[in-house]
Amino acid sequence: MVVRENFQLQLEEMKQAIVQISKLAEEALELSVEALKNQDLDKALQIIENDNRINVLEDEINDMAILLIAKQAPVASDLRRIIAAIKISSDIERMADFAVNIAKSTIRIGKQELIKPLEELPKMAHHAIAMLTTATKAYVEEDVALAKQLAELDDEVDETYGKIIKELLELMTKNPEHLSQISQLLFVCRYIERTADHATNIAESIIFLVKGKRYGLND
Amino acid sequence: MDITINKQMVQKNEKEQDFTPVFKINNLNLWYGQDHALKDIKFDIPEKQVTAIIGPSGCGKSTFIKTLNRMVEMVPIVRMSGEIVYREKNIFTPKYGVEELRTQVGMVFQKPNPFPKSIYENVAYGPRIHGIKNKKVLDEVVEKSLRGAAIWDEVKDRLHENAYGLSGGQQQRLCIARCLAIEPDVILMDEPTSALDPISTLKVEELVQELKKDYSIVIVTHNMQQAARISDRTAFFLNGEVVEYTDTSTLFSNPSDKRTEDYITGRFG
Repeated sequence: MVVRENFQLQLEEMKQAIVQISKLAEEALELSVEALKNQDLDKALQIIENDNRINVLEDEINDMAILLIAKQAPVASDLRRIIAAIKISSDIERMADFAVNIAKSTIRIGKQELIKPLEELPKMAHHAIAMLTTATKAYVEEDVALAKQLAELDDEVDETYGKIIKELLELMTKNPEHLSQISQLLFVCRYIERTADHATNIAESIIFLVKGKRYGLND
Repeated sequence: MDITINKQMVQKNEKEQDFTPVFKINNLNLWYGQDHALKDIKFDIPEKQVTAIIGPSGCGKSTFIKTLNRMVEMVPIVRMSGEIVYREKNIFTPKYGVEELRTQVGMVFQKPNPFPKSIYENVAYGPRIHGIKNKKVLDEVVEKSLRGAAIWDEVKDRLHENAYGLSGGQQQRLCIARCLAIEPDVILMDEPTSALDPISTLKVEELVQELKKDYSIVIVTHNMQQAARISDRTAFFLNGEVVEYTDTSTLFSNPSDKRTEDYITGRFG
């Protein structure tokens, strides 16, 4: 007889919900970068509309976690698994919020001609999105080594971030008439950098889940 | 990037054995006939803390606790080796009197077992056989012990009624009062709440938290949440061995042995 089969199933269900919310956030981020690059305002509006699904799913994951704690009195790795799910879903929900922020910036920039074609920024965004994919994989497989790699990936994002910010500031001084557009791009740059930070937070939660110890990957 | 381990955690692990032991158990082995019931048990029990013994049925936890006051010797086929040092003295040395040991090491059992006497006499019994005859002194001991066991207010107006008239939870607290009356140093509790309802259980648990200010407590429990709630250190027994012994917070949040993890998360077997 498998002991606590029902509990095991519920934990698995919670894990699947995390995979699902991660997929939705990934999609939202991908769409937001596309919308920005192509100045596609309809797509941007769609991202804002879709965000509610992600918020609801996060609430559902929290409810699952609360019920499991109340009913199953989890300890040790079971308890860590539930705490990790709460934290990870909150990080992912925040990442999806950045997609919404990027969409809002896209709408603010509107149809005005971009000061230069966006290349580095979408690249950095894809890098951050790939970090979410990696984090989710590391979570599903409880792979600590993979989770630790996220710290290095984050360093790369931070480096690109510094470069883009510098470039945008230079553009700002040279093109004061485009101040509003450039400041929106600065915001977007920041949103993407924060997205990557949340992926490292997820990595920290995974390490806590597996090892029961805390590691600071964002330092 | 360097991976930095949380400093607090490291410090906590270093502090692990930072206590004064009341019992030191060294290579304790016990056999019931051919059955090797305790295998090379070796750990220290801290003073004025609650030490919980957990493990599945038949793992040796009750046998172990009964070695601490030598009650296990009442089983005729028992053989033992190794030593149990209580306050610097090996309790198995021939000149160590069992009565002396049991005055210091009291015990509370699974089923409340008051004597078929009045509430007062149940508590006064121990001090009486230790020679206290003065009524006033006995009255004081009875009140102090009943207060110590958090039952005084419930029984102060019926001290001379039969103890059997009390509820199960009250009877158990009376047994704890009876144990306190001889002013022991250590209290052994063998599943003290397994026959009690949830509210009585919580009362006894609260009481244990109070008692540890003055006594060292060793508690055997089947209820893992209880061990997690009330103990400072926990030993996990399996097949007569101590698989893991550490501070309770660590054992229930991040045990180091897979068998402990499987047992406390209910994945055992």
